[in-house]
Amino acid sequence: MMGPAFYIAAAIAVIATVMVITRYNIMHALLYLVVSLLAVAVVLYLYGAPFIAALEVIVYAGAIMVLLIFFVMMLNLGKESAMQEQRWLKPRIWIFPSLLCLVLLGELVFLISQNHQPPSEIKVVDPKAVGMALFGPYMAAVELTGILLMAGIVGAYHLGRQKEKTLHRFLEN
Amino acid sequence: MFSLVRSMWLIFLHMFHKRETYQYPEQKAPLPARWRGRIALTRDPDGGERCVGCYLCAAACPVDCISLQSTEDESGRRYPEFFRINFSRCIFCGFCEEACPTYAIQLLPDFEMAEYSRQQLVYEKEDLLINSQGKYPGYNYYKIAGMAIQGKDKGDAKNEEPPVDVKSLLP
Amino acid sequence: MTNFWWIIGGVLFALLNTAAGLIWVERRMLALWQDRYGPNRAGPFGLLVVLADTLKLFFKEDWIPPFADKIVFVFAPAVVMLSVLMSFVVMPFGPHIIVADLNIGLLFFLAMSSLGVYSVVLGGWASNNKYALLGAMRGASQMISYEVFMGLALMGVVVLSGSFNLREIVEAQRTIWFIVPQFLGFLIFLVAGVAETHRLPFDIPEAESELVAGFHSEYSGMKFGMFFIGEYLGITLISGMLVTLYFGGWLGPAFLPPVIWFAIKTFCFILLFILFRASMPRPRYDQLMEYGWKVLFPLSILNLLVTAAIKLWLNT
Repeated sequence: MMGPAFYIAAAIAVIATVMVITRYNIMHALLYLVVSLLAVAVVLYLYGAPFIAALEVIVYAGAIMVLLIFFVMMLNLGKESAMQEQRWLKPRIWIFPSLLCLVLLGELVFLISQNHQPPSEIKVVDPKAVGMALFGPYMAAVELTGILLMAGIVGAYHLGRQKEKTLHRFLEN
Repeated sequence: MFSLVRSMWLIFLHMFHKRETYQYPEQKAPLPARWRGRIALTRDPDGGERCVGCYLCAAACPVDCISLQSTEDESGRRYPEFFRINFSRCIFCGFCEEACPTYAIQLLPDFEMAEYSRQQLVYEKEDLLINSQGKYPGYNYYKIAGMAIQGKDKGDAKNEEPPVDVKSLLP
Repeated sequence: MTNFWWIIGGVLFALLNTAAGLIWVERRMLALWQDRYGPNRAGPFGLLVVLADTLKLFFKEDWIPPFADKIVFVFAPAVVMLSVLMSFVVMPFGPHIIVADLNIGLLFFLAMSSLGVYSVVLGGWASNNKYALLGAMRGASQMISYEVFMGLALMGVVVLSGSFNLREIVEAQRTIWFIVPQFLGFLIFLVAGVAETHRLPFDIPEAESELVAGFHSEYSGMKFGMFFIGEYLGITLISGMLVTLYFGGWLGPAFLPPVIWFAIKTFCFILLFILFRASMPRPRYDQLMEYGWKVLFPLSILNLLVTAAIKLWLNT
């Protein structure tokens, strides 16, 4: 029952991620990244974490990626930048890192296949349980994250603050 | 914030107001008498053409939609040999009416002149000439102007004095 | 299982017909509020104008500009339909008429509405046209910001009902509709909902008087039709959500079946949306953002905090 859905979603995630890396046009790459995130959300949902799946879609696919696309849109990257990207991405450059990655991947596959246990029963974690965990044992982490985000907001406000606009040049001092 | 709610309420009340629409083909909108619509060539009280073929309307037309050729009949009256208005170009500005010295060309309150083909919007003189005096009843150019035509010599026009004989010394 | 397919088919049929019918309803209602008649020639009360519009959209040339990014250009209008229709999956139309009774229904709705932003952004970007791009940028920032307040306003309802499941939320309103304890949340959700569907007065991504047609300037034929129908579906969605969350969903006196109650309430909100369009001026772009972040955002957080505090106080 769960098998095919998982494999389809996982395959889509992997393929989309590969497409993210290999696209020359940054907009298309970002769109594939969105697809990849959605596929990951499906996987999360299948494995009993509906709350996290929904948050993945809302926060990552729906907000952060939109912001990224928003900035890319304003950069006015056209065909030229795609061509430049194409010039930069020569086999000479990417072949060595990808070889290293392949070695790592082989190692990972080996380790996973070694440690083969039958998957335990999927336990659905409902939103209430997530909330209990966050505001119970992981309280300190939540608070710390909150402080971090607060610092980020204050910093952004400081950077984005503008000097008081003077309406006339004689009023400047 | 309150003003927004108030304006919403006022707009909502418009539900119970009378509608302003004229249900056009069945119910015609009343057009004012000076409404600038279809162009027509009017006639004298006697039934003669008022147009004297002076070309002023064609000169005044900003889109060059009027073309005519003037000629003269045996009685000495000038009239247009042909008079053609391309209504697919006309912008109904009324400049021709203002330029016309004899009140011949007039814009009438009528706009229902749609056609399926553009060519049919080119009106010839027989389409333009109407059997009416238009907005200026009783006006007859040749009865007022000093121009001599057959049956009316110089000085015979209305309110016109006989011509001065410049070769005579008598008062 | 057959029942399930019947529900899906019925919901789809009802929704698409509603969205198409809204073309006519909106034009007639706007006309009514402007002392006009609106479409009244084709068929009885001009109802066939819907058919005429649809036929026209189907037979118009499906033009893709040569400078557009073709794949994304074709993809964008599909996203708007998809995201809105997916949102309807979790909406309880009646006690048993619900396509998928998810226990994270509300979050699913928020997720889908946040994906709806992509239609605006991608459509505007792929058109490769400065007006479309401006519209897309406005749309992206507007929808991202208003999504925040929308989610926060909804959390008040979640606190009161103790569930993300829309069916349980409706059940929790048996004693009292949430409009009474959550009036502020209702107002915030209403404003955010209007902004989320980019309807007037918050239609600045389209803003025909400034940006031609904003993000869908370059679209024609049925691709434009998808944006068009998507907008009406969005209105229906937000109206349905307002009813579900704050006006007791399908609850009502027993002399009418629950689905009819739901439909009546939803239709009232659709009319409210049209009344917004008829009566309000479009705010400037910076006014919109300022209003969102400086007024609605603190209010929605305050609403959430007060609701949670009262709930705690009552429980202890």
